[in-house]
Amino acid sequence: MKIIWTIVKRELVAYFTSPVAYVFLVIFLLLTGFFTFTAGSFFERGEASLASFFGWHPWLYLVLVPAVGMRVWAEERRSGTMELLLTMPVATWQAIVAKFLASWIFLGVALALTFPAVITVNLLGEPDNGVILAGYLGSFFLAGAYLAITCMTSAMTRNQVIAFILSVVICLFFILAGFNPVTDLLTRWASPAVVDTVAAFSVVTHFDGFQRGVIDTRDLVFFLSVIGYALFATGVIIRGHRAG
Amino acid sequence: MIKIENLVKSFGPKRAVDAISFTVERGEVLGFLGPNGAGKSTTMRMITGFMPPTSGRISVGGYDVAESPIETKRLIGYLPENAASYPDMTVAGFLKFAAELRGLGGKARKKAVQHVIELCFLDSVLHQSIDTLSKGYKHRTCLAQALLHDPQVLIMDEPTDGLDPNQKHEVRNLIRELGANKAIVFSTHILEEVDAACTRAIIIDRGKIVANGTPEELRSMSERAGAVTLQARGATAERLETLGRVEKLDGAFRIYPRDKSQAAQLAQEVVELVNVHGWKVEGMYSERGELDEVFRRITLPDTVKK
Repeated sequence: MKIIWTIVKRELVAYFTSPVAYVFLVIFLLLTGFFTFTAGSFFERGEASLASFFGWHPWLYLVLVPAVGMRVWAEERRSGTMELLLTMPVATWQAIVAKFLASWIFLGVALALTFPAVITVNLLGEPDNGVILAGYLGSFFLAGAYLAITCMTSAMTRNQVIAFILSVVICLFFILAGFNPVTDLLTRWASPAVVDTVAAFSVVTHFDGFQRGVIDTRDLVFFLSVIGYALFATGVIIRGHRAG
Repeated sequence: MIKIENLVKSFGPKRAVDAISFTVERGEVLGFLGPNGAGKSTTMRMITGFMPPTSGRISVGGYDVAESPIETKRLIGYLPENAASYPDMTVAGFLKFAAELRGLGGKARKKAVQHVIELCFLDSVLHQSIDTLSKGYKHRTCLAQALLHDPQVLIMDEPTDGLDPNQKHEVRNLIRELGANKAIVFSTHILEEVDAACTRAIIIDRGKIVANGTPEELRSMSERAGAVTLQARGATAERLETLGRVEKLDGAFRIYPRDKSQAAQLAQEVVELVNVHGWKVEGMYSERGELDEVFRRITLPDTVKK
């Protein structure tokens, strides 16, 4: 536990000492603002909710989370520090979990900085803050799932750009599986059971519940198992390329 | 301390390390020599637990590396090739981080960090971030990291690579001092380092050990070992050939002993010959053999060998 915390601390310090982190935060906040108030027509809706805020998150994260996570392992491999880290008395899984947690915390900080949206909606009306809280929780898990996938692709290569593109493609699949235009297309020639199975793999389907204020164990299990599976795969990849 | 048995590492069809066995005891400094791509780094990566071997056994301090990786890693200090470290951290921050990973905390950590800072002369750059450092300082920072926990086993991949001659000298001295109560393995291309720091050297070529012995023993494998070089006015090759094969050098002669057992008396015989003929000696010495000649002879492919 202590070792994990040591690595988490180092990674977080590394994030906040580089200007990239602040650029990311600013871009993230600008984009959430733009999507919520302009593209999401927050005011025109005339309802006291953050639906227009959370609705965009699967798409927004599609680009921003891989941007945060792409360096996690690719950079360690490129600079050779992976050899240093993994020859310390540290188990590989500890390093994987720690690096994931640090980036997840960073994304959590970014998400927490959107609090003015909560204040705005509370000033303008009387929203159900429980629903908003559930939305934040879901959004955090959504980011975690994308991040774990990015950690996995980051471990595959020493090139951050490749890691970025790969994870965008995989995350896009996880969105499209439950995206309405795609499911509509599927229903034309596939049985409803197939459509439901495909949609069950989608982050959008599982994020929907949170947006409506429902914290369903099945949705939590989905996100946690995506995270768990992707981190496990990260371990296999790291072990694999060391084994040669 | 380190025991390696039949170590093999294959990358696809290529055998990078091919059935290597050797041991290193406490108090030994083992120099690991070999051309590029001979398998030096791969072997070290396997000892430090970074890469699993394809087959074979490695034990460090009585622990099997494959079975108890964490315990063996605790015993080892490792300086990887190119001395990689996190460029965004300061020297002090990096050493603190490494010490925490080593399980050092509170006063013990401060003391350990202070100790290696002094040992590696890092005082002046403590609060500089690592990517602003010169190569020599980067290297020493990484070396400091390897020494933090006063490890019983020290593995260093080209510890003097990229250092200036003064720094090389310091690092060699440090290795020799540390070697008194540790088991040290370091790889190098520089043959003089073997003389400067090693108690034993292994030459490895295309994954196999081709020579293993003290620097003195390796040197005596040189065909020049035991030869006598004589620079004297009046000396002629015909006269000297009575003692052995003679090679003409620039203004001097090199006499090779007929066989190695005769080498000990050769100098005496040359002196007698000089006295008999009354040559004026300007210089005379007996050759100890050259490591780089031995190295080249063993590691060059047969087609290139002359």
